Amino acid sequence: MRFGIVVFPGSNCDDDCRYALEDVLHQETVYIWHNEHELQKIDAIVLPGGFSYGDYLRPGAIARFSPIMEAVRRFAESGGPVIGICNGFQILTESGLLPGALRRNERISFICNDTFLKVRNNNTIFTNTCTPDQVLKIPIAHMDGNYYIDPAGLERLRSYGGIVLSYCGPSGEESLSEYNPNGSVAGIAGIVNEAGNVFGLMPHPERACESILGSEDGNFIFGSIIKALESGSGRWTA
Amino acid sequence: MSNGINSDMRAKAIELGLSSAEYDRILSQLGREPNLTELGMFAALWSEHCAYKHSRALFSRFPTDGPHILQGPGENAGIIDIGDGMAVVMKVESHNHPSAVEPYQGAATGIGGILRDIFTMGARPVACLNSLRFGSLADDRTRYLFSGVVSGIAGYGNCVGVPTVGGEIQFDESYTGNPLVNVMCVGLARQEDIITASASGVGNAVMVAGAKTGRDGILGASFASGELNEKSEEKRPAIQVGDPFTEKLLIEATLEVIKEKLLVGIQDMGAAGLTSSACEMAARAETGIEMDLLKVPRREEGITPYEMMLSESQERMLLVPKPGYEEAVAAIYRRWGLDCNIVGSVTADGMLRLYERSQMVAEVPAWSLSTKGAPKYVTESAKPAYLEELNSFDLSTVALPTDYDDCLLKLLASPGIASKEWVYRQYDHMIQNNTVLVPGRADAAVLRVKDTAKGIAFSMDGNGRLCYLDPYTGAAAAVAEAARNVACTGAKPVAVTDGLNYGNPEKSDVYWQFARGVDGIADACRELETPVVGGNVSFYNETNGQPIYPTPIIGMLGIINDISKTCDYAFKEAGHSVILLGETREELGASEYLKVCAGLVAGKVPELDLKTEKRLIRLILELIDRKLIASAHDLSEGGLAVAAAECCIAGGIGAVLQLIQSDSAIGAISDPNAIRPDALLFGESQSRILISAPPEAVPAILETAGRYNISAAAIGTVGGSNLQIAASRVYVDVPVREMEQRWKNSIASCMTAQ
Repeated sequence: MRFGIVVFPGSNCDDDCRYALEDVLHQETVYIWHNEHELQKIDAIVLPGGFSYGDYLRPGAIARFSPIMEAVRRFAESGGPVIGICNGFQILTESGLLPGALRRNERISFICNDTFLKVRNNNTIFTNTCTPDQVLKIPIAHMDGNYYIDPAGLERLRSYGGIVLSYCGPSGEESLSEYNPNGSVAGIAGIVNEAGNVFGLMPHPERACESILGSEDGNFIFGSIIKALESGSGRWTA
Repeated sequence: MSNGINSDMRAKAIELGLSSAEYDRILSQLGREPNLTELGMFAALWSEHCAYKHSRALFSRFPTDGPHILQGPGENAGIIDIGDGMAVVMKVESHNHPSAVEPYQGAATGIGGILRDIFTMGARPVACLNSLRFGSLADDRTRYLFSGVVSGIAGYGNCVGVPTVGGEIQFDESYTGNPLVNVMCVGLARQEDIITASASGVGNAVMVAGAKTGRDGILGASFASGELNEKSEEKRPAIQVGDPFTEKLLIEATLEVIKEKLLVGIQDMGAAGLTSSACEMAARAETGIEMDLLKVPRREEGITPYEMMLSESQERMLLVPKPGYEEAVAAIYRRWGLDCNIVGSVTADGMLRLYERSQMVAEVPAWSLSTKGAPKYVTESAKPAYLEELNSFDLSTVALPTDYDDCLLKLLASPGIASKEWVYRQYDHMIQNNTVLVPGRADAAVLRVKDTAKGIAFSMDGNGRLCYLDPYTGAAAAVAEAARNVACTGAKPVAVTDGLNYGNPEKSDVYWQFARGVDGIADACRELETPVVGGNVSFYNETNGQPIYPTPIIGMLGIINDISKTCDYAFKEAGHSVILLGETREELGASEYLKVCAGLVAGKVPELDLKTEKRLIRLILELIDRKLIASAHDLSEGGLAVAAAECCIAGGIGAVLQLIQSDSAIGAISDPNAIRPDALLFGESQSRILISAPPEAVPAILETAGRYNISAAAIGTVGGSNLQIAASRVYVDVPVREMEQRWKNSIASCMTAQ
């Protein structure tokens, strides 16, 4: 499959995403420059982590106005799979492709750490290789990952299975006081839109793609997208 | 010219930090009076920070060459061949003075500067480390400085996407007014992509790329070359402001133009900005450079030539493109949203000639500004008066502790020993997908080298208290510890970059400390075959006349041939044997234990035998390579008890250690009955490593140790939930959970208790 990785000025996980998809999972990748207006022929889009436009104003707040984002919106609206990781997630909420917002971490500082994630919905094109309630070990590295959504929005997310990943303990323990590194509402780490094709998450699956780096669990996420595309369930008609 | 102007200019020179004799030197080199712009250029480049006036004379003592070394000191950074056509580029830089006044920007621009030193050579920065010194965390301002420095390193490093993978931090009152911020950057390059910083090829264009120049950081290099005092706060305008976003763009654009082979040479603009980059590029190629300053992209109108030449605006590069490729170079920078203009050309006559359009505003021989023209001083040195008294302190007057558990817990909570998780969790230490051993798991950071089977390991080490009590041995011990640390991960130590932090070198006792430190490093690097490939000297680390502890910092590179064979320090499995390598003697002097439990900084420092150290390092490398052992941990501050505690905490398992055995077969501890129990537990004898291994491997380990002539003794077993250490009686018996609590939460609770 062919993944388009969008590069904004200040993106810094673009090469790690390329590495995980191309060198580890043997997929084709292509970089898409932020000021292009058209996507090349691709099967899925990755919005990588980093500090697009220096995170000036608010993370993702400037990137959403990049020329490429119009093309990303069209791609998403036509059903194409889009995954936004960390800063990519922030760009997706800023541009309204996903609900809610990502605020400054509860304890203000940047956090880089392994986290454990519970798969709350394995019936998505981003988690179809996971078992229900499977625990994934994937690191986070962010300053603004404190997911917020109002109670009505949270209800809505819950109603369609929009909460895909939430923070938990090493054996799946659920405790908002102990296992919620950034203060996110309901310990949310990743959500999908109602149509099921736009996924945002704060943890970095591309950093958990080889055992030598401590975990291979990120491959469940990328592997799910590949599986969905190969089986045709992730296909869309543009 | 009239005498009046002469004396005005002389006064101005002194105001800018030059001496009257140095002004005379300028007069004789120029053969005339300098104008203000020229004088400013001399003041910046002849500052201690740029010219190494008081240190240069001693550099020849360092070993700088070896089989792995592609580039020693003299370029922006050292280069080491790691095989497979790859090279490591590395350097340490200090940002002590700016961090003392403005901790966030001081530290952030330190990172920015050291990154540029690396990628200007064509290497992609793959890791940063830092070595930090602060006063006591009980002090309000220290907490402000500490949290500001950590945030600054995080803010810059995280944004540019270079992982901060390791380092070390110590706290001592000696650094209260003058914290130390030494940062190290490591780059990886294919050897054919490496480029140097010389302006060769007469007639070639000279270009400025990156951020626009503003009026910030003017004469920062001179500020960094004086002592700190009440007036330092007024020097805030001398501190630059960093923009990591621009730096990230600059990294990508610069690596692209270098990879496309469009350049003859390139140099970042660090201390002394445009002046130093132009002068250094010309001096290296024995050429000259002429520039029209009005063509340099600027933030605002009205910047004078003086300001333009002395601005330390960040994120700028000076480059010489191959003829005919000027537009190709500019196009790449513009694609990344950066300015890139032709500002001048390379000339044959060795002069730095600056214009505003057709009007010449400065004309100085490049050699004259460079270290070839700068003065070089050797201060008459004298052994500091305090040493005799402190070294002869009778440690038998120190009472034995009544509660060893309490001593161990106090040491584990001492911020120098306690977990640095509060710090490193703020650093992105995983980006770029290479970090195999993350902070807090092993004695050194380990990265894999993609597309090869290799790994590289890094450690930064220094111990100011040791150096205060013995500047020579303390400096040599920093090299030994750094080498031991990388070796404990399975990496062969191969090269050193150093950060030498001292007080005012014009004082004879400080100069003596410095010279002894250089000798200690030189001797240790020679014996351990780890040449010095470059580094940094920071003098004038004094507050109101009081110098810091002499604090040389060693950054060590190690190479791992097979990345599948690395080693961390966690005890792995109940039933594994615990073995102590190396000799334990009654050496309490300069220890963390004396400081923390008795409030003493005194005594003789532990003896260091470099030949033993070298054999110990070879031994541990063989044990790891043969996969005989499960963990390895260097013994340093807090001695055997603290090292064992850290192995237990990391593994989440206890251990039972018995330092006296019935058959008295204790090779590692010469005569345990003759050693004070506190020295046995907490003493800091050099050249020791604590390892664990499956019991069936013990005979082979002891046999191998014997072959290297290193003492080794099986002293206990991993298991249980407590760490128990006994000699003639049980001294320590503490639950691992309790040790972990004290160790893990200490710094965080200091910082949240504000």
